[in-house]
Amino acid sequence: MIAPRPTPDDAFFWEGAAAGRLLARECAGCGRLQHPPSPMCPACGSTEWTERELSGRGTLHSWVASHHPSRPDEEPRVVILVQLEEGIRMVSNLQGVALADVRNDLPVEVCFVDFDGIVLPQFTPAPDPAPGSPEVAR
Amino acid sequence: MSVVRRAAIVGVGQTEFSKASGRSELQLACEAVRAAIADAGLQPSDVDGLVTFVQDTNDELGVMRGVGIPLVRWTSRTPFGGGGASATIEHAAAVVASGAADVVVVYRAFNERSGHRFGQPGAQVSAPIMNLHMPFGLDTPAKMYSLWFQRYMHEYGLTNEDFGRYSVVARKHAAVNPNAWFFGKPITLADHQASRWIVEPILRLFDCCQESDGGVAIVVTTPERARDCAQAPVVVSAATQGNTMTGEVLFNYYHDDITTFPEADFCAAQLYGDAGLSPADIDVAMIYENFSPVVFYQLEAYGFCGRGEAKDFIADGQIEVGGATPVNTNGGLLGEAYIHGMNNLLEGVRQLRGQSYNQVADAQHVLVAAGRSAVILERG
Repeated sequence: MIAPRPTPDDAFFWEGAAAGRLLARECAGCGRLQHPPSPMCPACGSTEWTERELSGRGTLHSWVASHHPSRPDEEPRVVILVQLEEGIRMVSNLQGVALADVRNDLPVEVCFVDFDGIVLPQFTPAPDPAPGSPEVAR
Repeated sequence: MSVVRRAAIVGVGQTEFSKASGRSELQLACEAVRAAIADAGLQPSDVDGLVTFVQDTNDELGVMRGVGIPLVRWTSRTPFGGGGASATIEHAAAVVASGAADVVVVYRAFNERSGHRFGQPGAQVSAPIMNLHMPFGLDTPAKMYSLWFQRYMHEYGLTNEDFGRYSVVARKHAAVNPNAWFFGKPITLADHQASRWIVEPILRLFDCCQESDGGVAIVVTTPERARDCAQAPVVVSAATQGNTMTGEVLFNYYHDDITTFPEADFCAAQLYGDAGLSPADIDVAMIYENFSPVVFYQLEAYGFCGRGEAKDFIADGQIEVGGATPVNTNGGLLGEAYIHGMNNLLEGVRQLRGQSYNQVADAQHVLVAAGRSAVILERG
């Protein structure tokens, strides 16, 4: 796996993942949620940020199978673009679904996996909402 | 308003396009630049401006020393990779229109097959934005782009076979172009479907551009000076870039609707408006395709067909010579060569000079679109 090389602008994301939290930057000036993170808020110009913990729920917007080019027989990683319910998108991986069963718009939820000391947010299919829950009522 | 009809292309030059040039990138650049200057009927001493890509390894002084250009007043470089291919012409046109230089040579040369290969997987994060992508397995441009393409396939019901229909046309055009690596080597849709997966279920090998060695150069000057040059001038009708805040170089993941290409949408509106033209006026469309699906997005962005209709437009033969909008008549980056999109500009000039191997009769206007930059060229 290619390790991230955190910068001052995204270190919070990796520290959050290591602690089992999915974080995004929220502008302290205007509340804008910014992902990918940037050092300055494009809406108000503030450079002050707070970290907002995301619900980790979303849907699978798009996906590819990533085979290792020189080890094609290995099981591919399913790379996904997640549409998070907070309205931002994030690249991650889908765990626990066979390639043939991957579907666009699949509801997913975050989990955290340690790859040799580097913790990455990953996603798995979300359990069906319980009867009577707000999701079902809606 | 962009730079409208205030510059002309008067010379083009190239090396052969190969897989192993056997010489330095600087030598390729010098050969292409000297050929373009000679094509224009000019001397190296006439050149006073140079434009290339940020990514080009050939520094301006090295080119001057090799070609014998005594003095240069203007240099600039376009950002990003092939998306900036048409922006080189925008730079050159703006420069000669301003008077900051009179004769600008645009060049791009590399050993992209025998030297540094862009398509090989990265070993480490190469830029801060890659932190959020490469650790998850997006280690090649093919994978990075495919995560954008897959949503388009889902929304409009495409399979990889639809992309293959573009590849077949590109190889058909290349097959009669002696300048193309795949000269004399057309493919069928079955050949395409038999090529191996590069990124399942989006791209097969025959959806990917070539890896090539070679150099290209283009001479730009004012319309007035162009009248004294050796070739019939090709006028730059309009030229622009379209860089958007939600865009990234390799990741169109963060636009509101990723089944569209907002950078190309902007370029289309700007160019058609500035040049006073519409899609129906475009006789040939040269469309940058590092991967075949990019053609689909750009056919729709430039209004040659409606959203989601590119697969039918291509299947109906509309991008072949004789169709509504012939596309990539040199074979494109899949069929001719991958000179970072610059060979598509050469083909645009050749169409307007009547020198293409897939000549479109009486071609007057050619679009050369490279994603986040584009130009319309017209017969002078």
